[in-house]
Amino acid sequence: MAGIVGYGAYIPRYRIKVEEIAKVWGADAPSLKKGLMLREKSVPGPDQDVITIAVEAARNAMVRAGVKGEKVGAIYVGSESHPYAVKPTGTAVAEVIGAVNDCHCADLSFACKAGSEGMFLAYGLVKSGEVEYAMGIGADTSQGAPGDALEYSAAAGGAAFLMGTKNVVATLDCQYSYMSDTPDFWRREYMHYPRHGGRFTGDMAYFKHVRGGVEGLLKKAGAKPKDFKYAVFHQPNGKFPMKMAHDLGFTDEQMKTGLLVPTLGNTYSGASPLGLSAILDEAKPGDAILMCSFGSGAGSDGFIFTATKELPKVQGKAKKTRDYLDTHPFYLDYGTYVKFRRKIRKNVED
Amino acid sequence: MRDVAIIGIGMTDFGELWHDSLRDLFVKAALQAMDDAGVDHIDGLVAGCMSPGLFTGQEHIGSLLADYLGQAPVPGVRVESACASGGMALRTGIAYVASGMHDIVLCGGVEKMTDVSGAQATYALATAADQEMEAFHGVTFPGLYALIATAHMHKYGTKREDLAQVAVKNHDNGMLNPHAQYHMKITVEQVINSVKVADPLNILDCSPITDGAAAVIIAPVEVAKKLKKKPIVKVAASAHATDTIALHQREDLTWLKSTAEAAASAYKQAGVKPSDIDFAEVHDCFTIAEICVLEALGVVKRGQGGKATRDGLTARDGKFPVNTSGGLKSKGHPVGATGIAQIHEIVTQLRGEAGKRQLKDVKRGLAQNMGGSGGSAVVHILEVL
Repeated sequence: MAGIVGYGAYIPRYRIKVEEIAKVWGADAPSLKKGLMLREKSVPGPDQDVITIAVEAARNAMVRAGVKGEKVGAIYVGSESHPYAVKPTGTAVAEVIGAVNDCHCADLSFACKAGSEGMFLAYGLVKSGEVEYAMGIGADTSQGAPGDALEYSAAAGGAAFLMGTKNVVATLDCQYSYMSDTPDFWRREYMHYPRHGGRFTGDMAYFKHVRGGVEGLLKKAGAKPKDFKYAVFHQPNGKFPMKMAHDLGFTDEQMKTGLLVPTLGNTYSGASPLGLSAILDEAKPGDAILMCSFGSGAGSDGFIFTATKELPKVQGKAKKTRDYLDTHPFYLDYGTYVKFRRKIRKNVED
Repeated sequence: MRDVAIIGIGMTDFGELWHDSLRDLFVKAALQAMDDAGVDHIDGLVAGCMSPGLFTGQEHIGSLLADYLGQAPVPGVRVESACASGGMALRTGIAYVASGMHDIVLCGGVEKMTDVSGAQATYALATAADQEMEAFHGVTFPGLYALIATAHMHKYGTKREDLAQVAVKNHDNGMLNPHAQYHMKITVEQVINSVKVADPLNILDCSPITDGAAAVIIAPVEVAKKLKKKPIVKVAASAHATDTIALHQREDLTWLKSTAEAAASAYKQAGVKPSDIDFAEVHDCFTIAEICVLEALGVVKRGQGGKATRDGLTARDGKFPVNTSGGLKSKGHPVGATGIAQIHEIVTQLRGEAGKRQLKDVKRGLAQNMGGSGGSAVVHILEVL
């Protein structure tokens, strides 16, 4: 049976607190923290981008899988912050893990569900027997305009999942995708930062499509919320996934392991994949996991996984998601943050 | 001049109505009002709408709405007096009918506010302030009403809790109105601890951004008498007054002169005193506004609006219930629709059709609709014939 044979996460160690950003914009930090259910977010260092994050996550996945790179027949990297507009991210990842040259490689975009798209495609290729192993990666150095509500949440991180049919650590039992043309969040060519439709992004975008994804998945699988030990949804802030969970009949207990956003922020394409990697770090054989991503524009990908007896054997082989998130944080002031995020314009020769 | 009656009412739910455009909203409310009146045609249409251009990019809506209602080529016109546009639409329609120019007129109000961002909506609303004296210097309506609130607290000792009580009461009423945007009970403590907007006003002191429409059908009383709908609700008074639209140019920041003038005119037309009014719908765009309006209407003495609210005068079971609909605070404030939605509530109460929020033995109600920080005010008195 096809499923995940290796997984890996990466989160930069730099952090900035909501208070530090709010101080600059004269905003009310306590109400922002309460409204977003978010305290701080990760920040990429000056020499980090989606390629470096995807590479770190992919290497961790390969270590856990114990598979030679040359056997990976497809690599898909989903992001909305690919370093190059023209020139793939995935080729660099493929070179590092040794997947060249016999490999299908593509960069994907669909706002925050670009990562789960890669997983969706990778599973299909492996299940059909077209390739032996295929990797889906979701990673972002998320963008939010200075002073915008998104600046408090837009974070950096990513996760990689190698799909295969041998030594599967979590079977992929069912997948389902739900979409419509809904312009809730967008960035056109030459726009520096994305724009969003304010409150329209809630009911009409996130909640409609996550609900559609989860309900469609459950129907397809003949399952109910109580059948799962863990659930993880796209987490742009703390409030949305928890409201969605309660509306759909999932409990706090099912959600807590995958809910990283309060101290991680919104890693866009990496958000629900990182939640899944945190769950895989803890899950036991037989545990059922439901994951549903969301991407503006808009759509969701839903997956049902079941942990196998192989999972405990690989959990400790690479650094765990929570280890990245909870240990050795380095807090930035706003000035250093804007320097790291290249929000300061300098002369070209400097 | 002929006496005028309200023979039909209709309104949409108020809220963030993502699936409905400006024309959808208006037509829904208008068709309800026509059904309620039992008419299949109108002789004219007056639509109150503050800023369709800035909120939706659409002007020329008098014709647009008549067309989409299936009533073109009847005369259709949009009237504007900022947030008092709805009240002005009714007053304009009343002039048509009372003068004999038309018999059956639809007076509606509509605003589609959520097609733009919060910042763009704030800009559109701020065009109701004095651009050269106020808006260009950065002040917005929460800021202007915060100045009024601060002045009222300083001059009369009005307490922060009194402001909050207005919101608490109106949310309590809105819980019983199925059309209201916020079915959410709140406490004084929640209001006082909610996010600061413009000191001393917090988010729960402010009416929200809302989509919605309301409509009424008016006709001569003699026509109303031939219809089955009972009781007949007669327009006893329709008054309008203006004031400086720049707040600082007034002698007293706490005194809403346009409301006081319009109310005095309305009482004279109807031949009544404030004590003859059973209940009212007033323009609580911010909590302090309801307090100042009570004073300007002569319901309480100057400076006593806060205390009267604290003492329960304006509660649903008080001696003078105010905003049984939930008011702008809880029901929502689609600015052009608000004045007509107030009339909807007065008629609903006078007909005894208000369900769980129905007041007992009410025969005469007053609606006060206000533009900007009080630069215009429209007061109507309706009574059971």
